[in-house]
Amino acid sequence: MSEAVSVFGQEEIARKHLAHHFDTPQQQFDSGKLGMWLFLATEFLLFSGLFCAYSVYRALNPEIFRYASQYLDAQSGLINTLVLLTSGFTMALAVRSAQTGRKAVLIVSLLLTMAGGFTFLAIHAYEYAEKYREGLLWGTLYNPKLQEAQPDQAAIAKPVKVNLNAGWKPLNLMAQSGYAVSHSNIAPAAIGPAGVAPAQRPQFGTSTAPMPQPANVQLFFGIYFLMTGLHSIHVIVGIILMTWLLIRTIKNDFGPAYYAPVDFVGLYWGVVDMVWMFLFPLLYLIR
Amino acid sequence: MTTTAVAPVSAEASAAPVKNYLKQTTTIRSWLLTLDHKRIGVMYLIISLLAFFIGGMLAEVIRTQLLTPSGLIFHGGGAAYRQYNQVFTLHGIIMVFMVLVPMTPAAIGNFTLPLLLGAKDVAFPRLNLFSFYLYVSGAVLAILSTVLGAVDTGWTFYAPYSIDSNSYVVLMVAGIFLLGFSSIFTGLNFIVTIHKLRPRGMTWFRMPLFLWATYATSIIQVAATPVIGVTLLLLIVERVMGIGIFNSALGGDPVLFQHFFWFYSHPAVYIMILPAMGIVSEIITTFSHKTIFGYRFIAMSSLAIALIGFVVWGHHLFVNGQSAELDAIFSFLTFLVAIPSAVKVFNWLATMYKGAIDLKTPMLYALSFIVLFTIGGFTGVVLGALSTDVVLHDTYFVVAHFHYVMFGGAIIAFLGGLHYWWPKMTGRMYSEPWGKFACGLLFIAFNLTFFPQLVVGAHGMPRRYATYLPEYQSYMVVSTIGAYLQLIAFLTMAGYLLHSLFRGAKAPENPWGGTTLEWTTSSPPPTENFLGTPEVDVPYDYSLVEYDPAIGSYIRKEPVPFAEQAH
Repeated sequence: MSEAVSVFGQEEIARKHLAHHFDTPQQQFDSGKLGMWLFLATEFLLFSGLFCAYSVYRALNPEIFRYASQYLDAQSGLINTLVLLTSGFTMALAVRSAQTGRKAVLIVSLLLTMAGGFTFLAIHAYEYAEKYREGLLWGTLYNPKLQEAQPDQAAIAKPVKVNLNAGWKPLNLMAQSGYAVSHSNIAPAAIGPAGVAPAQRPQFGTSTAPMPQPANVQLFFGIYFLMTGLHSIHVIVGIILMTWLLIRTIKNDFGPAYYAPVDFVGLYWGVVDMVWMFLFPLLYLIR
Repeated sequence: MTTTAVAPVSAEASAAPVKNYLKQTTTIRSWLLTLDHKRIGVMYLIISLLAFFIGGMLAEVIRTQLLTPSGLIFHGGGAAYRQYNQVFTLHGIIMVFMVLVPMTPAAIGNFTLPLLLGAKDVAFPRLNLFSFYLYVSGAVLAILSTVLGAVDTGWTFYAPYSIDSNSYVVLMVAGIFLLGFSSIFTGLNFIVTIHKLRPRGMTWFRMPLFLWATYATSIIQVAATPVIGVTLLLLIVERVMGIGIFNSALGGDPVLFQHFFWFYSHPAVYIMILPAMGIVSEIITTFSHKTIFGYRFIAMSSLAIALIGFVVWGHHLFVNGQSAELDAIFSFLTFLVAIPSAVKVFNWLATMYKGAIDLKTPMLYALSFIVLFTIGGFTGVVLGALSTDVVLHDTYFVVAHFHYVMFGGAIIAFLGGLHYWWPKMTGRMYSEPWGKFACGLLFIAFNLTFFPQLVVGAHGMPRRYATYLPEYQSYMVVSTIGAYLQLIAFLTMAGYLLHSLFRGAKAPENPWGGTTLEWTTSSPPPTENFLGTPEVDVPYDYSLVEYDPAIGSYIRKEPVPFAEQAH
């Protein structure tokens, strides 16, 4: 044990937190951990319904997903991915410093993790606002303002310089770096089975033909808002939990003998990260 | 208060009489904020019995309506028929989500699980109380939606009914969402308790079979309920925001709702029936005074039913445009469920064979269960077969089938468990003759109600209509008479149980001669369950208990020393 850790009083702390129906602190910790893993399994299952809906509708209407996913801002998505990954690191640091009893590091890393959560939500809110402005919403609210923004359909395929304030633009990383924007013009599946693409399939980045808008594009945005919305709610819950941890840390509740809540919130935050690791490619990257 | 040799007590503890969990504290607040699993179990029991009463009265309304072909209560078309829809929808919702799902696992399970295990409490007592209040708030939302504008979609909330209905679907669905989370947390709690809180000596294969059944149930609760959670969430979002996932007008697919719904709701059937089977296992061995036959087979068949139960949901969609290949696979998997179910039934029969069978009230319920569940199971196989299902789909045959399984199975076993553990819960005995009378009447009345429905169903009478063709009337009248007799049986039961609560004879520690741990503590148990650490041995060894006429109770024999056994 490092010198920074005061072993004095750890025994009492462990006893103070021991509930009457457990024999040892270890048994209590193991029970809590198993319970937390089971709870996280139910979280995955909660999302699994949405992943299932995504798969079903993607299989039924591949053209909707190819067409609509290009309107998601992969750059914001990437930044958010990095933000969440970093906050996952700071959360792990928080758990470690709770175990080793370094209170200052614990407080700082909790604050950094919360900052990560807030940054993620802010970028997401910006994305939502963009989608709202462009009318790229779900169900009957889907009312794309693409025509006004770009009278010429073919312009979609032109290289576009990023200008976040200039109405709707198909933003993605390729556009950002000045390359030609690639838009798949694979015909809807109704014409032929997926995979049997025409021989004159255009090379990546060379397509100039506009992609016709398929029917029921709103379905994609419905799924997009559902999945990212449910995920964002989980981020908010995570931030609330970290506030609670912060208060308890300041009250000197945690140390090498008792750090279960930090550990469990760490696991929860890991799941929040992991769900996003699936959402980002499925929604933003796969065309 | 007597203590047994199994729970040794120190001198000071036996000098001061220990207060039982009912009398420990008396304020209402101490009940409402209790963390004691026994009190939480009792509160679950009270609320789910209230819900059962309401659901049952709705059933009586349905049966009264169906006395005449044109309907006795709701007749004349449109609005009246819509009220009939509301009545059967509420009957279904209350019975499934507020009675069957929480009744046995949450009420009986909460009370008995730590006692059977030899633990002081469940692993997370605060979570346990929280799930109780989730259950209460779910029920409150459901009542609120009923008062404001009762749902008329059928308990399954199929899209597009649930999207188009102008009743308070969102409130009701939100209520069921909360009930679902209550169920998840209960299951989670029980899994962790069984894994981590077994006392020394309680190995997996020494656990009483009710715990195996509860364990299998909890797995289903944890693994299936989140899916109904997200499905109901989607339905709420659908109605509030018009997201279009299940709305074909917006490109969605209503059949996806059915898949999601049954992915939970079929396993949910096993949430109801598995703990019921666990209760029956306990009752049959205790009242046969003979060790359970095929312990491991019964234990493993619970897990097998739980696992197979996850892959049979498609049999609800045989006529909904599912591909023929899928139909065949789901039909095959459905037949598979019959195997572990039959394993249980054969083992129960083998347990009774050459046992000293004591036909007390709980045993009568267990025997009723075997008969009724077998009928329910066989009619299930008939419905699982593709060719017959196409004919019988959405007829009264289906209604009768699931009432044989849910009522004849789950509720009858629950009543058996209630009578079995009643002395332990309340510390009072009930009137045995009245108990037997109510059970016998209920058995006859149940068959009078539902057997005619099997027949009219086979004749093609469709379910869920407020009216029917005149040629079915004689069957429907018999069915309704049966329903009224059931009401009499239940009122009798309520009468003698309430009488027992206030005037019943004091219950001894072990009135039935059970060998599991709950019978080694006092009736009712103290708040900490056991005075001392219970000693766990191989379960169901009936040579260890003998009847002591002096105190009217079974007592634990001192184990014969090994040296004497050898000679």
